[in-house]
Amino acid sequence: MSEAILSVRNLRVVFPHRHGELVPIDDISFDVKKGEIIGFVGESGAGKSMTGAAIIGLIDPPGYIDQGEIWLKDERIDQLGISATNQIRGRRISMVFQDPLTSLNPLRTIGDQLVETILTHLPVSADEARRKAIAGLEEVDIDPERFNAYPHEFSGGMRQRVVIALALSAEPELIIADEPTTALDVSVQAQVLELLKKLCREHGASVILITHDMGVIAETTDRVAVLYAGRLAEIGDTQTLLLDPQHPYTKGLIASTPSVEYGDISTELFQITGTMPRLDALPRGCAFHPRCEQALTHCATKRPQVEQNRVACWLYNDV
Amino acid sequence: MSTQKSLMGRFRDSDFLYDFKRSPVTVVSFVIVVMLILLAVLADLVAPTNPFDAGSLNLMNGFTPPMQPNAFTGETFYLGTDDQGRDLLSAIIFGLRVSLFVGLTAVILAMVLGVSLGLIAGYRGGWVDSLIMRAADIQVTFPSILIAMLIFGIARGLLPPHMRDELAITVLIIAIGLSEWVPFARTVRGTTMVEKEKEYVQAARLIGLGRGQIMLRHILPNVLSPVLVIATITLALAIIAEATLSFLGVGAPPTEPSLGTLIRIGQDFLFSGEWWILLFPATTLLALALSVNLLGDWLRDTLNPRLK
Amino acid sequence: MSDFIQIEQLCRRFDLSEPWLARMIYRKPKRFLDAVDNVSFAIERGRTYALVGESGSGKSTIARIAVGLLGPSSGRILIDGHNLHDRGLSQAQHRRIRQRLQMVFQSPYASLNPRWRVGNILAEPLRTFSLVDGRQAEQRRVNELLEQVGLSASDARRFPHEFSGGQRQRISIARALASRPDFIVCDEPTSALDVSVQAQVLNLLKELQRDLGLTYLFITHDLAVVRVMAHRIGVLKSGQLVEEQDTATLIESPQSDYTKMLIRSAPRIRDDSDGAH
Repeated sequence: MSEAILSVRNLRVVFPHRHGELVPIDDISFDVKKGEIIGFVGESGAGKSMTGAAIIGLIDPPGYIDQGEIWLKDERIDQLGISATNQIRGRRISMVFQDPLTSLNPLRTIGDQLVETILTHLPVSADEARRKAIAGLEEVDIDPERFNAYPHEFSGGMRQRVVIALALSAEPELIIADEPTTALDVSVQAQVLELLKKLCREHGASVILITHDMGVIAETTDRVAVLYAGRLAEIGDTQTLLLDPQHPYTKGLIASTPSVEYGDISTELFQITGTMPRLDALPRGCAFHPRCEQALTHCATKRPQVEQNRVACWLYNDV
Repeated sequence: MSTQKSLMGRFRDSDFLYDFKRSPVTVVSFVIVVMLILLAVLADLVAPTNPFDAGSLNLMNGFTPPMQPNAFTGETFYLGTDDQGRDLLSAIIFGLRVSLFVGLTAVILAMVLGVSLGLIAGYRGGWVDSLIMRAADIQVTFPSILIAMLIFGIARGLLPPHMRDELAITVLIIAIGLSEWVPFARTVRGTTMVEKEKEYVQAARLIGLGRGQIMLRHILPNVLSPVLVIATITLALAIIAEATLSFLGVGAPPTEPSLGTLIRIGQDFLFSGEWWILLFPATTLLALALSVNLLGDWLRDTLNPRLK
Repeated sequence: MSDFIQIEQLCRRFDLSEPWLARMIYRKPKRFLDAVDNVSFAIERGRTYALVGESGSGKSTIARIAVGLLGPSSGRILIDGHNLHDRGLSQAQHRRIRQRLQMVFQSPYASLNPRWRVGNILAEPLRTFSLVDGRQAEQRRVNELLEQVGLSASDARRFPHEFSGGQRQRISIARALASRPDFIVCDEPTSALDVSVQAQVLNLLKELQRDLGLTYLFITHDLAVVRVMAHRIGVLKSGQLVEEQDTATLIESPQSDYTKMLIRSAPRIRDDSDGAH
């Protein structure tokens, strides 16, 4: 097993609120191994984007990391000051967001932005930076002729490819991609994911891929973490987890996703009853138990933990 | 999960009240505004004398400094008296009434006009929109005080002399109201253009509601938050505009002095040593305008994130 | 003839030109976009027809024209044989046709007026079309609608923001049902929802179709959803219908390259196919 480049231990994020506190991330632990693509999947509000923000030190105040540790290799990064965090952000960890326009400056050419990023983070000359920028564009299949074009001159899919070039340009160890293809059409989505996968392999960068789409997880990731209401429900190897899900929530999530492969008009889709609880109304015990068909009596009182078997569920753990 | 709560209970629970209580400046401004409004409304009960009752005036009381007994009559006035022996405190309370009345009615006029035009411009679009918004563009190239003076002058010219003083206040309201509609219209137009594309408006169209009903019942309630903010800020502007006009002698007549009229009278005596005749009305005006403005700023900050 | 709606040679052109004055000064010609270009299809009564396409394919424009929110540039929409956009119809006739057409929108957030209680939102079509007599009958019908979509009568007093996305979409469906329509256009009704909730809404729509005999025009970009929702599929690309088939036929043996590409690109959880990607 290869070494972990990122270790998150018992992460808990708190937002103080006038009626107490909201806990969008509660006791999440996981490792990201070198060169792997790990997926974070869950419904909106499950805490997947917040986990990414916590790693890169971008939690909006008044929220803060209440407990836990985040290690990037041998360095603890959750308690760094602003300047040290800035050193890591963009250089060792970079981000790809859902909307490429938020990561690109509309008033500057893409070449300019690539060169600037490289010069900020790498000890190279201006000429060398320009060569690297052009190589970066070639890697994401964008004609280097368009070095001096502005973001608005590209289509959505091309912009997202530029953002990927930008994210890779400082040769980071980890890329956090937050719903990178949600705004794109399916045909473009497939290309962008394929590219992200290929380049990260080539550069040896690890990826945290945040998405709500089980299909994207299946086609892109090596491992997957399923989040529910700010807690880790299940984590494991993608193929194993998808073929043999353990947690009733994961099972429901997979069963309720329609597939282009099978089914017809008479197919009744599997549905999980109810909706994910709001953060200010989390049930006691397992957060999923009110929607769970297999709930045991102590599910309502005791919160299950993710143990060696990688599932936070009382069906698989002794009380 | 959520049970029905009374309106009051919901208000007590709301973020609105919570934000309010956390901003001391806002609370102080709010208290000042409420106090001044109460004073104005209850002027007849609160004021020590009625400054308009010529019979109660004693010229011997003229120029009495604040908190000092008058040299001839021995009477004491909290804020002193003016040249005619009028109790300044009473004059300010009644002047406040005139100022607030003119300010509030002018804002309501400007609001009704601006919101209606803005809704129509935003919802109809096309040449109707162009016509209304170009008119607004032209109007804002003139200072609003100038427009108010212009309207005031024309109205006075058209009215027969005996009605001029009687209708002075009405004319003042119309003049200020007509000069302040533009910000309402612009904001409402912008918000309307956003709202009318939203799907709930499409759904209302599918049900077969007419334009008027959609504008009034669906769009209007959703554009009111910014209107409230502009109304508050415009109120401060209107009060100052009224004071300016009255100060220039084209506003409230001496028979119904507003704060502006009092300031005009007061400044004649500033250099002869009777400072209080200017200072107290001016301070009241400042307190009123500043508090209203601060309230407006807070409203804007509080409502803004939820305007979407 | 069992076609409920027939769309014949529908075209819709949008004028994207600059304002008149700017065109004069910069000598720019008028610019047009043909969002819908000669599209014809028909939907049988009680069936679901899905229009599938990527952004800019013109599917939402067709949806809007089909319910009468937008006029066609040319072509006809026949509802039960009546021309929807016929200017010769009286207002009452128009109303009667309109009442039979409804729409469920994409955004669970923007489709409900945030200032209105759910009860009022549902009562509005009842009042406008004069479908009930008196307060009590109105209330009864509102409660019935809420229960029909899996909500409870007490929800009528609440505001939209008190509901989750999936519940709001149910309210939207209830509003569409209020006027007892025959035909509902569903414009990406679940694309803003989470999967577990999407399944609930899709199942509800199918159940309502069985119970009430509704005809659906289902607009989506998601072929997997279409597979379980539609009897027949039309694939749109840049305003033109590239292929039209019964669902199973289209997905199992697509004819056009574009449809093949769309099917190939759809993400799969279990890759049972020949690993083509």
